[in-house]
Amino acid sequence: MTGNRRALAVCLVCLLALFSYRVHGQITSQRLTAAPDEPQNWLMYSGNYSSTRYSPLNQITPANVKNLKLQWVYQSPVAGDWETSPLVVDGIMYITQRLNDVVALDATTGRTFWIYRYTPAQDRIVCCRANNRGLAILGDTLFMGTLDAQLIAIDAKTGHQLWKSEVASTKSGYSITLAPLVVKDKVIVGVGGGEYGIRGFIAAYDVATGREAWRFYTIPAPGEPGSETWQRCPPDSKGFCDPDAWKHGGGSIWLTGSYDPKLNLTYWGVGNVGPDYNGAQRPGDNLYTDSVVALDADTGKLKWHYQFTPHDVYDYDSVQIPVLIDRWDGSSINVIAWANRNGNFYVIDRATGRFLVGKPFVKVNWMSGFDERGRPKQTPQADGQATFPGNQGGTNWYSPSYSPRANLFYISAWEDYGSIYSPAPSEYKTGTNFTGGGPRNLSAVPGAPGLGRAPINTWTEAAGHGAILALDPGTGREKWKFKMTDVTDAGILTTASDLLFAGGREGYFQALNARTGELLWKTQLGAAIMSGPISFRVGNKQYVSVVSGVSLFVFGVDE
Amino acid sequence: MWAALTILAAALLGQAPLHDSQYSDADISYGATLYASKCVACHGTQGDGIGGVNLRSGNFRNAVIDRDLERFIRAGSPAGMPAFALDNAEMAGIIAYLRNMNAFDNATVKTGDAVRGRALMDGKGACMQCHRIGATGSRVAPDLSEIGSARSAGSLQRSLVDPNSQMMPINRPVRIVKKDGTIINGRRLNEDTYTVQIIDDHERLHSLQKADVRELTISTTSPMPSYKSTLSEGEIADVLAYLLSLKGQQP
Repeated sequence: MTGNRRALAVCLVCLLALFSYRVHGQITSQRLTAAPDEPQNWLMYSGNYSSTRYSPLNQITPANVKNLKLQWVYQSPVAGDWETSPLVVDGIMYITQRLNDVVALDATTGRTFWIYRYTPAQDRIVCCRANNRGLAILGDTLFMGTLDAQLIAIDAKTGHQLWKSEVASTKSGYSITLAPLVVKDKVIVGVGGGEYGIRGFIAAYDVATGREAWRFYTIPAPGEPGSETWQRCPPDSKGFCDPDAWKHGGGSIWLTGSYDPKLNLTYWGVGNVGPDYNGAQRPGDNLYTDSVVALDADTGKLKWHYQFTPHDVYDYDSVQIPVLIDRWDGSSINVIAWANRNGNFYVIDRATGRFLVGKPFVKVNWMSGFDERGRPKQTPQADGQATFPGNQGGTNWYSPSYSPRANLFYISAWEDYGSIYSPAPSEYKTGTNFTGGGPRNLSAVPGAPGLGRAPINTWTEAAGHGAILALDPGTGREKWKFKMTDVTDAGILTTASDLLFAGGREGYFQALNARTGELLWKTQLGAAIMSGPISFRVGNKQYVSVVSGVSLFVFGVDE
Repeated sequence: MWAALTILAAALLGQAPLHDSQYSDADISYGATLYASKCVACHGTQGDGIGGVNLRSGNFRNAVIDRDLERFIRAGSPAGMPAFALDNAEMAGIIAYLRNMNAFDNATVKTGDAVRGRALMDGKGACMQCHRIGATGSRVAPDLSEIGSARSAGSLQRSLVDPNSQMMPINRPVRIVKKDGTIINGRRLNEDTYTVQIIDDHERLHSLQKADVRELTISTTSPMPSYKSTLSEGEIADVLAYLLSLKGQQP
């Protein structure tokens, strides 16, 4: 390259830099791909396409974290468990609040720019405390899925609705609770409703028009690949067996997937099969329930899948956030690391779907090991005996984190927690509960209180406890454990200064040393923390925010 | 029997009957199937799936009488519960079930005379030396003022003859030795990763930082004696009838 040409090239780079400065606020697809390069922002649910919930910011350190001070609080008007994870774009925070409002706030003061209000249909059918977990953004447009299964585009400057598309029928039990994922010119969502006999799917919509671009059903129709895992009812079947089980086989999608721009594959965790507990009425492995699916981001075509829990009868949804790790364990393999609700930690080659590691991280007795292809050897427990982990799982929808600095994978886990399952026939009826029986906690006293998120921990050590686990992603071995008395539904954030932030049901928000698990700082926020913390920077100041109860708290270190 | 007990309870406590109708077994069992199809996903099999809401108690802050309950179910709640368009038979069933969720094992239990039961608790059983009902008795053991809502008949009966088997884990006795050597014996009220809250043998409330505690011993043995040999079967049935009548203060 001659000197002149080099100067020209440098100049072009300058121009490009200038251009991107001029479109400040415009979130391009390139910016989403390069999200780690702008650590001041939090541009998608898990922070980046690899879903590591890792912030490259390092102003808050193990040395000064004890000086963290509350900067502001935003209080939501609607009571109930609040699971949202905010976006932060160039000093503006966007959050969803129950049921389906969107709020734009000054990220340094908490003052509100605008509120978009959406009232989901009164006859909506949605399970499990009716949550919304957040937004996606592209350009100046925010995207939100709703409890009545609509996808809505909103102007990020004004809060006005741009378009609304029906993703599915709420009357049939479909809902959207996850934060969408934008990939190039499409916004991708999946549907909830696993307890209502839906047929789950992931679908992509044109960001400009809301028109559906592709749809991948998580339950194949007869004749499609995978349909052979929905077996015919045996002729001598004495129990209640459903020849049309696939039509309401569940496979809900209720947490945001990940994206590998180089492979152009998007990865999604698929929920449990319906009915949840009565396996007899749906013989077979029941693909693609309890699986990770790798889809071509342009077409929605299935590239590969791996099923964590074939023929699940424990409600082991595999919707967990797929965490992408490059050059795994010093190798050249790029992988997905996955702590599953079924109690096992997995590593999967994300180009091929090859099973690399499977290892329990909590007590597991529903299986006793894997064959060479990663299929679990299932060991069903006798009637009335407890299955570990219990139906809420060894972990669940709580965001994990991966720190590339520490090379550790972090999860919120429930230890010593089991359930006794009682399957029962369940006839499908549109829009009604379709679980096929139910589990109860293994507890010292029959009839003892269940898993309430009340300020009093009534079930105590008798039924289990929570922990933050740091796992070596190479082996799945535990590096350290931070034990809690109550269980935890909180997500985890790690930062480039080796800090780990997490909460739990007890309402403490705490900072640990990410390398050792040592407690460095804690504060009591007054109610269960049920979402993942985020970090962002405005001006020269780093902030950490977390939702507890009906309030969003933002902390920073004052100079 | 349930309705009779309820009226009896109301009479004992000098209040109007809580329930404004009787519930047929058919309604209750129809309601149970509706509950399993429409409610269980959020409220759970035990009725306590939502924090702060205990359906098994049969008593609701926002729904004292059945008509309130019906209105609530039809309208839904801004906190996330959708509106349910039930027909009249379904509504009758679900209300009957909600009012009787805690009575699932009544059939296996023999109840006697609540007035005699009250006298036994004050006298021979010496229950009030540790327990409290309303404004009388000790606070050392759990307050029983609402025990008839909180526990099933079967659980209460088992508790009288085998207290360890029914002691809620949160109520376990604790012995604490602080780092300064102070010893505190009491009953656990709450516990988290860093602290524990108890009421001690002298009815004092303590909240302790675990960092200040040298020993924290949580026992699974209830201090309550078994009444298997000290009360007759008939007397246990009487005490049980009285306990089941204790539904707390109604608004």
